[in-house]
Amino acid sequence: MDVKDIIKPENLVYSKSKVLTDTVMHYCPGCSHGVVHKLLAEVIEEMDIQDKTIGVSPVGCAVFAYKYINIDWQQAAHGRAPALATATKRLYPDKYVVAYQGDGDLASIGTAEIIHACNRGENIVVIFINNAIYGMTGGQMAPTTLLDMKTATTPYGRSVELNGHPLKITELVAQLEGTCYVTRQSVHTPASARRTKRAIKKALENSAQKKGTSLIEVVSTCNSNWKLSPVKANDWMVENMFPFYPLGDIKDR
Amino acid sequence: MAIKGAIVVDTEKCKGCGVCVVNCPTQTIALAKKVNSKGYPYCYMENPDTCTGCGNCAIVCPDSVITVYRVKI
Repeated sequence: MDVKDIIKPENLVYSKSKVLTDTVMHYCPGCSHGVVHKLLAEVIEEMDIQDKTIGVSPVGCAVFAYKYINIDWQQAAHGRAPALATATKRLYPDKYVVAYQGDGDLASIGTAEIIHACNRGENIVVIFINNAIYGMTGGQMAPTTLLDMKTATTPYGRSVELNGHPLKITELVAQLEGTCYVTRQSVHTPASARRTKRAIKKALENSAQKKGTSLIEVVSTCNSNWKLSPVKANDWMVENMFPFYPLGDIKDR
Repeated sequence: MAIKGAIVVDTEKCKGCGVCVVNCPTQTIALAKKVNSKGYPYCYMENPDTCTGCGNCAIVCPDSVITVYRVKI
């Protein structure tokens, strides 16, 4: 059968989500942000909540998320996305509020905001992209940077004496009473991307059922700052990130 | 029943990251020798006969440039 006979509208099985805009993403080739944006857009399309979802974009590479996902957006000061999401959700209790944050945003400058938003049990969804590095500013050490990992500010590798231990913020917020669903996923393979999509859907449903805060950590790559090709960065993540940041549900109730 | 698939790539938006190439279970996809106007080698179906239209390439594509078609024959 010729390819031209297969490429017909009636045979379509997968196409770009209508919730995504046609803007070309500014992310580096192979960046995990693009996959997570797509999964979030697909879930919003499947649940038919495009006009009921408000996103809060962070400071960091994902700051331009509002250009790519066609929902209402706000842009928070560095680390303050959970605070802004709290206010938005309280003013519009019927809307779905999604805070989208990176690890420099959520685990460093925004630690107070995320801990307290989770402790209060705000009915928001937090998507936490953990690539163990500051991406936008040029690859500096983040609180989540692995031990012995080389970054622009730890050129000989992160050491416990000088930089302390990597921060597992997801395990930290799982202990709080306010959270209902805390999970750690990744998007490097089709299976893992589908699991992440299910997690995002579950988190949005929890938000509608007023069960509390849902936090989805996505262990991601930053191939530009890790100085690896996109495919090698995924392999490096499997080899080095997953032993320290094991995937799976940490809390589900 | 045999299944045949095909993909259509938005070559101008493809950034040539190659994540689809390693995630294709049938080794259908490869990066082109040519580049698009931004200088990225875009992905394409090198072996169109082996495509099953599983959609694995499309779901891992960070830039959502792949559209998947599948037909039962």
